[in-house]
Amino acid sequence: MKVKSYKWGRHTFKVHLCRKGTSENMKAKGLDFKQLNEQIRACVRVGNKNIKIDDCCGQRFICSGFSAETPTQITINGTPGNALGAYLDGGCTITVNGNAQDAVGDTMNDGKIIIHGNAGDALGYSMRGGSIFVKGDAGYRAGVHAKEYKDKKPVIVIGGKVGSFLGEYLAGGLLIALGSVGGFTGTGMHGGKIYIRTSEPPKNLSAQVIATIAENLDEIRPYIVEFAKHFGANAQEILKAQFYVLKPNAKNPYKQLYVMN
Amino acid sequence: MQREGQVRIPAGCAISGIIDKSGNRMSGEAIIDSIAVMRERSNGLGGGFAAYGIYPEYKDYYAFHIFYDSSTSKKECEEYLERHFDIINLSKIPTRKVKGITDSPLIWRYFVIPLPTKLSDSQLDEREYTARCVFRINTKIEGAYVFSSGKDMGVFKAVGFPEDVGRFYRLDEYEGYCFTAHGRYPTNTPGWWGGAHPFALLDYSVVHNGEISSYDANRRAIEMYGYKCTLQTDTEVIAYIIDYLHRKKALTFSEIASIIAAPFWQTIKGMSSEERELHEYLRIMFAEQLITGPFSILVGFNGGLMALNDRLKLRSMVVAEKGERVYIASEEAAIRMVESSLDKIYAPKGGEPVIINIAGGGELD
Repeated sequence: MKVKSYKWGRHTFKVHLCRKGTSENMKAKGLDFKQLNEQIRACVRVGNKNIKIDDCCGQRFICSGFSAETPTQITINGTPGNALGAYLDGGCTITVNGNAQDAVGDTMNDGKIIIHGNAGDALGYSMRGGSIFVKGDAGYRAGVHAKEYKDKKPVIVIGGKVGSFLGEYLAGGLLIALGSVGGFTGTGMHGGKIYIRTSEPPKNLSAQVIATIAENLDEIRPYIVEFAKHFGANAQEILKAQFYVLKPNAKNPYKQLYVMN
Repeated sequence: MQREGQVRIPAGCAISGIIDKSGNRMSGEAIIDSIAVMRERSNGLGGGFAAYGIYPEYKDYYAFHIFYDSSTSKKECEEYLERHFDIINLSKIPTRKVKGITDSPLIWRYFVIPLPTKLSDSQLDEREYTARCVFRINTKIEGAYVFSSGKDMGVFKAVGFPEDVGRFYRLDEYEGYCFTAHGRYPTNTPGWWGGAHPFALLDYSVVHNGEISSYDANRRAIEMYGYKCTLQTDTEVIAYIIDYLHRKKALTFSEIASIIAAPFWQTIKGMSSEERELHEYLRIMFAEQLITGPFSILVGFNGGLMALNDRLKLRSMVVAEKGERVYIASEEAAIRMVESSLDKIYAPKGGEPVIINIAGGGELD
């Protein structure tokens, strides 16, 4: 992408020249996170609807805090760095062809992130809205302290294995795990729901969580259908399986959770 | 200038490691490229490397890498070395001028072997004798600091960003079968050359991302066994714990992992009786070596490498394989930078060690 510099007194302003209203392809190779984000931001600003980023390798904060007035697709090929789509807001859909690292969608407010691979630790950490779909595995602490308010309801769907502490301190939203989960799922949760596709209740649950077999899957159906659409899975097949649903146990206030150990 | 130990400043760090399982040697260039990707994880106050298999021509001698503040401290230290060791070779460690690296101390390298008479008089084994001499220099000779003391391995560290440190020490000109690297973001100490990672004693080296909360409990315990912690840096304690458990207690690295990142009692309760007995034994016998708080570490030793996360996995770490090479880093991108097509990539669980022994070397379990 061309960058034009303007001088005004001692200051230099850089303007990224993107073609208005068309799609844009850019190479991330050799760019640091700031340069890369400036380029993407410039494209979003002029209303590009399809932005493709190739050769991404570790650049952090991609699309952090982005929003778009009209639906915008951002496709990343490679390995985006930590905090991809942190504080993401409405209008943006980020698709990653590869694995993502830690803290994807940290505190995101709206929008969508689709990962055709694995995600690292703290996926959707403190999320407040929007949705995240992961085809493969997710690391530890997915959906930690997600919360919901009025029409804002965060949703995370993970196709593969999930590490321990899924939905720790969960305050709201919907977490859906289609593969196995680690230990201590939902520890300290006081709102929201966690659906897990499994024939047996997860191990090592804390007293603050109650796990029951889900009577119906109406609540998660639209998200499973969407997951299947993104990754070419069979939604009916997934929905045929047994799910456990984890909810906070209102009868059990916090007890000395960590000090007892 | 204030040093580690004189002031405490109230972490993020980066680690990376590459090992060749067949023992083939590679240049240090890849590890520099790998750690450079994670520049945002460091702040220029420390970087370093441990390299194994780099001194084959001197593999029977301890390679001491020493920082000196002045020629007086060098003279005093060399006199001490001559009284205790046969010095086979000594030289300045070759460096090149790099913009980001300033205020370099004098950096010298010695290949030594304990004087046979001194060693037999001491009634210690060779490694214990050498370790004690290292502590003696580091605590008693002002302005001298031994930061590397193993055989056929070396630590290279400085204040600066890790990629600059690597170029400063001309790491690309060395060849080894295993490299570890660290980019530092000091959270508690001011950042002095000696305080950069790796921390090493004999051939054990540790690079660490995290901040352990059991530092003082671990320090008090390890000091009872003759170790002296001088830097208020948590990684120093981890290095001594590893040395104590592996060299002195002859435990395996997987047992060591079960001690320092012990499973919760709750988890132990659910184990099979044989497993439960082992873990209960280790937790009770070595309670003071349990490390709590966030850490991901790479432990280098002659013939291998161990990667370990704390039991809650409060720091990230990914492991990848490609042919005979194993890559471990805080971020996947640091691996992809040096090897884009991988056979396998995964994140080990908290407390689950990844131990790699090279062919014909490593520990015998």
